[in-house]
Amino acid sequence: MLRLIGRRLLLLVPTLFGLSVLLFLWVRALPGGPATALLGDKATPEAVARVNEAYGFDRPLLEQYVLYMGRIISGDFGTSLQTSRSVLEEFASRFPATLELTVFAMVFAVALGIPLGYWAARHVGRWQDQVAVLLSLMGVVVPVFFLAFILKWVFAVQLGWLPTDGRQDPRIDATHYTNLFVWDGMITGEYDAAWDALLHLVLPGVALGTIPLAIIARITRASVLEVMNADYVRTARAKGLAPRLIRDRFVMRNALLPVITTLGLQLGLLISGAVLTETVFAFNGIGSFLWDAIFNLDFPVLQGFIIFIALIYSLINLVVDVSYGLIDPRVRVS
Amino acid sequence: MPASARRRLTALTAAAAAAALLLSGCAQSQREDSGGGDAEGSGGSSEQVDSRFIFASSSDPKTLDPAFANDGETFRVSRQVFEGLVGTEPGTPDPAPLLAESWEASDDGLTYDFTLKQDVTFHDGTPFDAEAVCANFDRWYGFTGIQQAETMSYYYGKLFRGFADKPEDAVYESCEAVDENHATVTLAQPWAGFIASLSLPAFAMQSPAAMEEYGADEAKGTAESPQLTEYARAHPTGTGPFRFESWNVGQDITLTANEDYWGEQGDVQEITFRVIDDPVARRQSLEAGEIDGYDLVAPADVADLEEAGFKIFTRDPFTILYLGLNQEVEELQDVKVRQAISHAIDKDALIRQTLPEGTKKAIEFIPDSVNGYTEDVETYDYDPERAKELLAEAGYPDGFTVDFNYPTGVSRPYMPTPEQAFSNISGQLAEVGIEVNPVPEKWSPDYLDRINGTSDHGIHLLGWTGDYNDTDNFVGVFFGQEKPEFGLDDPELFAALEKARQTASLEEQTPQYEDINRMVSEVVPAVPLAHPAPSLAFADRVEDYPASPVNDEVYNEIELNE
Repeated sequence: MLRLIGRRLLLLVPTLFGLSVLLFLWVRALPGGPATALLGDKATPEAVARVNEAYGFDRPLLEQYVLYMGRIISGDFGTSLQTSRSVLEEFASRFPATLELTVFAMVFAVALGIPLGYWAARHVGRWQDQVAVLLSLMGVVVPVFFLAFILKWVFAVQLGWLPTDGRQDPRIDATHYTNLFVWDGMITGEYDAAWDALLHLVLPGVALGTIPLAIIARITRASVLEVMNADYVRTARAKGLAPRLIRDRFVMRNALLPVITTLGLQLGLLISGAVLTETVFAFNGIGSFLWDAIFNLDFPVLQGFIIFIALIYSLINLVVDVSYGLIDPRVRVS
Repeated sequence: MPASARRRLTALTAAAAAAALLLSGCAQSQREDSGGGDAEGSGGSSEQVDSRFIFASSSDPKTLDPAFANDGETFRVSRQVFEGLVGTEPGTPDPAPLLAESWEASDDGLTYDFTLKQDVTFHDGTPFDAEAVCANFDRWYGFTGIQQAETMSYYYGKLFRGFADKPEDAVYESCEAVDENHATVTLAQPWAGFIASLSLPAFAMQSPAAMEEYGADEAKGTAESPQLTEYARAHPTGTGPFRFESWNVGQDITLTANEDYWGEQGDVQEITFRVIDDPVARRQSLEAGEIDGYDLVAPADVADLEEAGFKIFTRDPFTILYLGLNQEVEELQDVKVRQAISHAIDKDALIRQTLPEGTKKAIEFIPDSVNGYTEDVETYDYDPERAKELLAEAGYPDGFTVDFNYPTGVSRPYMPTPEQAFSNISGQLAEVGIEVNPVPEKWSPDYLDRINGTSDHGIHLLGWTGDYNDTDNFVGVFFGQEKPEFGLDDPELFAALEKARQTASLEEQTPQYEDINRMVSEVVPAVPLAHPAPSLAFADRVEDYPASPVNDEVYNEIELNE
């Protein structure tokens, strides 16, 4: 197991290196330059030329890349052109928001998706199954931003049950240590702040969690169906084991394997899904910031953030593989 | 899954369901607590109102040090914390005394004696006096290296034209603290726009002690990546009615009332600027009662919001929207063609159909509140027949086809809906035989790069919002030099603009600018279309808002009724 982890961590190095080259080239192939982003409407061509010179965008590509990598290795990811703050600092202050949102969305998706899939499998072919399949189909086809918009309009604007946007009501004075607002509220004993932060998570979390919910439900359904028809389950039944025992120990344990793989993949996708959700809900995470960075051609942020996200994505996959091995001994052997 | 685990799961699911049900109730009760509260009387006195004011901004300020800023969101915050020597007359763009009670200019326009307001202190307790004034002027003049970059000291560089290390072009020469309350600023060349320009937040007075303590001039990083100084992140220190409290980047910025303020404090004791970058989200936040107001309301939303009981305040237009005519295009080189296009456009219809209420028709490139405005210009009234005649005279009896560049997905104060303006104008041009070839592009960087940086475009939509009341800030920016935007090479006009800028007094300047406006109207480098009025929307509890054409809106003047 340790060797598996070690090997996977080593593999990260060439992966991230390759990604950095691609990113570097991609960002420079984009039309326009950062100068207009910096200077705004009032940019004169001379000013644009001056900025390009100041930022080194007029130097040969290879030279720029070497400089860039040199700084990255020393831990300097540059400064955001939009905010004049270091990319590392921007990431550190925004990532907790996305993490909180993603975890909420995932918990929502798993808590509803697995029971829904199991329920459908148990009633395969009957109306319950059809309802579940229809629901999960709808979950996949409705675009996230549209769902976000509708949820917000109904539950926040019309009914006023939940906040429309942001991470916390500015009227609440909360202390922040980790920038995970719910967590911070819990550890400082500011429960109203924690509760308020949790409420702010509901709509964006539901919007973001809907697609994984649907996918998890479908995978669970298919997987449960497959396992229920497996020989060992039939044998268990023939031996007269209690149905509950069969379900918990034989069916669910085996059926969850593909679901866990899906979870890992979905978690990565959630981070990219957060781009739209965070924008609609003015949720101050890496998603909305990345979105602005794309619009403003904020090169250092684009490069830095995508590398961080890739790193996190790789680590999630590693965790998934490891937990897979814990559940299924065969993986460890091979 | 063992039985106990299953029971736990069941319990969890039940708890989650219960929580979901509770959510709604709690959220609602919380809102009632914070909203209704002590608002019964609605008499308007400050004891009865909720003194916390929440305004949605579209982005974070770029910095808290206004000397290094040029964008609206930064200035919005700066105006609460800082004050300049010069402010504006409420509701107008005209300069008015602020930290300087009065000033006197020498006859040659080179020396300005400022008499300062007494008993004013900065937020750090240090006195505002003549030495502080000179410290600020000398600081700007003394900017070095990266500080001189257009990305940082944009306005000082543009307006004062030179720093201490290259004094040849500099407009500023020196500042002397005569006594505690008198400062004398000496300019190296006359400049009639000097006083008006001091109303810009970029030239606000900052505490020299605080700037020193928090390293306002120790720009970190390299020229390649400048970073905010400690001062610009967390210690802005001015004399304004509000002091800086906290900044959660990407989220909100909080200011609280300055209890030692020399002026009136008003109903608002605490301001929160919440960052909501999506315009639809801003509107929804207002509708849900989470914010008290926001800026740049989409024209299409104005009527709806008003009907729903929200208050709309409209700024007196200090903007110009124009149709640029690039003379690199062969057909557009003929002034008759440019005049024909002017006659072909029904500006009234354009305004009625695509621009917000309060918009004024434009006959030249400055609003009527700006020095040098004159009605004595060629106005090119809507006359399609005359347009066709002119086209025929120019050798295009059947018209011609031209590229029409316009930006998409952007909303500017002077151009809320470019796509609508494009289709409206295209239709009007087609009436006289000019067919357009639409070239839509993303605003930044594509559109701006093409229009400002290349001559590869045809007719195009662009505009401007004035920064302060100075004619040069409009016509000088547009027509003061040869630019790819218009392909205009008119040395006579360029020279006239340079001369007008360097004229010492407004009295002498006015006739010069009137002549310039007449010249421009004869050359037709672009068609002035409209002066659109930007609107702000507020919750019903906002009784009055100090809407200003140049956005000089300080929140101690807001009146609340609950």
